[in-house]
Amino acid sequence: MRTLWAAVLILGFASPAMAENIIPEMLKTYEAAGASHFDAKAGSALWHKKYAAPENAESPKPRSCQACHGVDLTKSGAHIRTGKVIEPMALSVNPQRFSEAKKMRKWFRRNCKWVMGRVCTAQEKGDILTYLQQQ
Amino acid sequence: MIRFLLLFTAFFAAQTAFASDNFLGVPRFKGVKPVFNSNYESSCGECHFAYFPGLLPGRSWKKLMDPKALEDHFGENAELEEPDRLEVLNFLVRNAADQSHYKRSVKIARSLRDGSTPLRITEVPYIKRKHSEIPAKMIKGNKKVRSLSNCLKCHTQAKEKGIFDEDTVSIPGYREWDD
Repeated sequence: MRTLWAAVLILGFASPAMAENIIPEMLKTYEAAGASHFDAKAGSALWHKKYAAPENAESPKPRSCQACHGVDLTKSGAHIRTGKVIEPMALSVNPQRFSEAKKMRKWFRRNCKWVMGRVCTAQEKGDILTYLQQQ
Repeated sequence: MIRFLLLFTAFFAAQTAFASDNFLGVPRFKGVKPVFNSNYESSCGECHFAYFPGLLPGRSWKKLMDPKALEDHFGENAELEEPDRLEVLNFLVRNAADQSHYKRSVKIARSLRDGSTPLRITEVPYIKRKHSEIPAKMIKGNKKVRSLSNCLKCHTQAKEKGIFDEDTVSIPGYREWDD
């Protein structure tokens, strides 16, 4: 019984501070939505692909993930408009990444729409995360 | 005498309860109320300084935080899940310029008595007027500032205290400048 309480206490206190990579759980939700066989190569292709800016855009520059996240995923990027620093995407240098489901949902929605002009499919999200997880 | 002392005590008690700052015992609601909300910080502050709610009237925040408006937030997508949108909107409206006693908020609200609904803080007549004498090269043409919307580049006490006074301003590259 005492060990149980100790475990509860340790988990209760330790978990908020520990950033845990939740990509495996996210992939399960994508599988539940019908996606499968996530592929880092496909994810990489999506990550690097350039999309034409919409016609009413202020800047005609093609859009891609790299526009804000930069070329080197182990370095920080910058918001294309405001210049605000975006912490590195690579788990190897930024273990805080991919630890919050809500944040991931929010940014997939915003960024897929900004880059591609539509939301990403479960398959695309899974491929991208599989690629990013290896960086 | 006793009555005076009572009044005096009541005055000080009230003042410490409500004042964010004071000067010789007179409460001062100087700048813009420095309020924080963690949901607002993550929902909006991941891209830009989470501007204090007291910098725009409630009607402006309502328009900005409309679900359709968030899909095209000055050319960016700033969509939020509905519970977050509602929480942030509520926080913004509750602390908006037209709900505030703070000096700058009162002036902002007063400059918008015509009922207009600016979507940018930089379009508020009071804010425009206060910055009109600053040469463009110090803001737009200044690589370290770039835009009037980057409040914190020059207003050194804005983020923590909501203070925007001139004597707390320091323009990068023009530290010695004074009008």
